[in-house]
Amino acid sequence: MTDATAAYVAGVARLPDDALRDVKRAHQPFPLVRVALWTLAFAVAAGFAYIVAVNPNFGWPVVAQYFFDPTVMQGLSVTLGLTVVAMILGIVLGLLLAISRMSKDRLASSLSGLFIWFFRGTPLLVQLIFWYNLSTLFPRISLGFASWETNDLITPLTAAILGLALNEAAYMAEIIRGGLLSVDKGQAETAEAFGMTRARALWRIIIPQAMKSIVPPTGNQLISMIKATSLVSVIAMADLLYSVQSIYNRTFEIIPLLMVAVLWYLLITSILNVGQGAIERYYSRGDRGAQNSAPEKLAATRAETADERA
Amino acid sequence: MSAHDTALVRARNVHKAFGPLEVLKGIDLDVVAGEVVVILGPSGSGKSTFLRCINHLEAIDQGSIEVDGEQVGYRLHNSRLDRLSNREITVQRRKIGMVFQQFNLYPHMTTLQNVIEAPVGVHGQNRKEAIRYGRELLTRVGLADKIDAYPRQLSGGQQQRVAIARALAIRPKLMLFDEPTSALDPELIGEVLATMRDLARQGLTMIVVTHEIGFAREAADRVVFMDDGNVIEAGPPGAVLANPQHPRTRAFLSRFI
Repeated sequence: MTDATAAYVAGVARLPDDALRDVKRAHQPFPLVRVALWTLAFAVAAGFAYIVAVNPNFGWPVVAQYFFDPTVMQGLSVTLGLTVVAMILGIVLGLLLAISRMSKDRLASSLSGLFIWFFRGTPLLVQLIFWYNLSTLFPRISLGFASWETNDLITPLTAAILGLALNEAAYMAEIIRGGLLSVDKGQAETAEAFGMTRARALWRIIIPQAMKSIVPPTGNQLISMIKATSLVSVIAMADLLYSVQSIYNRTFEIIPLLMVAVLWYLLITSILNVGQGAIERYYSRGDRGAQNSAPEKLAATRAETADERA
Repeated sequence: MSAHDTALVRARNVHKAFGPLEVLKGIDLDVVAGEVVVILGPSGSGKSTFLRCINHLEAIDQGSIEVDGEQVGYRLHNSRLDRLSNREITVQRRKIGMVFQQFNLYPHMTTLQNVIEAPVGVHGQNRKEAIRYGRELLTRVGLADKIDAYPRQLSGGQQQRVAIARALAIRPKLMLFDEPTSALDPELIGEVLATMRDLARQGLTMIVVTHEIGFAREAADRVVFMDDGNVIEAGPPGAVLANPQHPRTRAFLSRFI
């Protein structure tokens, strides 16, 4: 539609400066304040980076020397391994806890509530030490058909996995429960009406929709889990932090070696952030189009349906 | 087998209460195979609740409902009545299709995935065959070009037509429509009703809860009028709609003329 026809169709008079007032030709004012703030922020950041870089006390050559040290690599793999195993166990157990917490069965929901109450209510550090010292409470563990020396079962590794996973499960249970509750009740009802079993409805219909609100806090949990693994150094698990500690106990280069650990922790969490973004995009795929289905798109579908009816 | 077996749905003295609120106060209704029954009535008269009792989304408190010769939710054996397990009830529902007021499409699946979910996942149909039939159904409801669209990219009327195709995909013996046009913009109601009229013509057994008097007049074999938890009038649309006997029916219908 040209300007002229628009004016005549609407039956309105046209003034000489209408064309000048067309917002399409407007100039943007120069964003002086924004440019100034960016410049200032860059200057401060550069200055800080310079101070850190030239300060000999950070011992950057030492950082470089130990960054790929075999002991550090060993510690890093323990940290990553523990994180992955504890997180997977935590999510699986958390899902089961969330489902039984929401169950109509009073026994299941109470037991699940009790578990969550206990493992969220006590410090992780205490739980780790507790698992590690389980043998002082129960010297032998018996399952009726077989029994073991507790000390044979509870190594630093199993104590670390038990402590981290059970604690994580309690938090994941609440995150997953929140996600499941966020899904429209009509979805569960529809699955039911179509003759799906409860398990199938959860797996195919409810959980995929709940993921949208489960993934962001789970990413958060994963990142805090990576750092929480540093607590296992108290039960003599040789994780990333423990490995740099074991080096600086020998060389007394405390700060440079802590920097090694800090840089590794930052590197891992950065990679995880990227991965989390990708997962979030995947689970919001049904929303796409809805967001950019601004008026034109809606009008287009309306027009189509009108055509079909005609 | 006796004479009553010609009825696909038999409801006898159905009572249902939510706490102190009595919603159904003894509903009796037969629906024969191939029949289209439209249930009319004011809001709160219990018509949606009754519909949801038929596929046991709500358990009834008294009376009985049979669908296709099986009692919904129970088994009568040597005059002993046993409640079915949840899994058995799940299996019972599989011959009944349902269309909801809010469409309730699965938002994380495309149109075609929505349609084939139950045939493949619940009825164990061959995936290829389910896709072929799903495409056929979506074509029949006029959405052949929207097979890969997600529900949120569709208008309300299109979503409801997908929901109808999804319910048909399980080749149901009985279709339940729970106010299928109540959530739609006025200009989108026509396309959904047209689809439903087609189904009625093809001999599908349908129970439709709606406020669309026009649809009842054109497509129903029988109109059932409910008020305050009771069926107060039932009969062919020509009789009930043109010449209502009960004062409540008259009052209700006068609002639509």
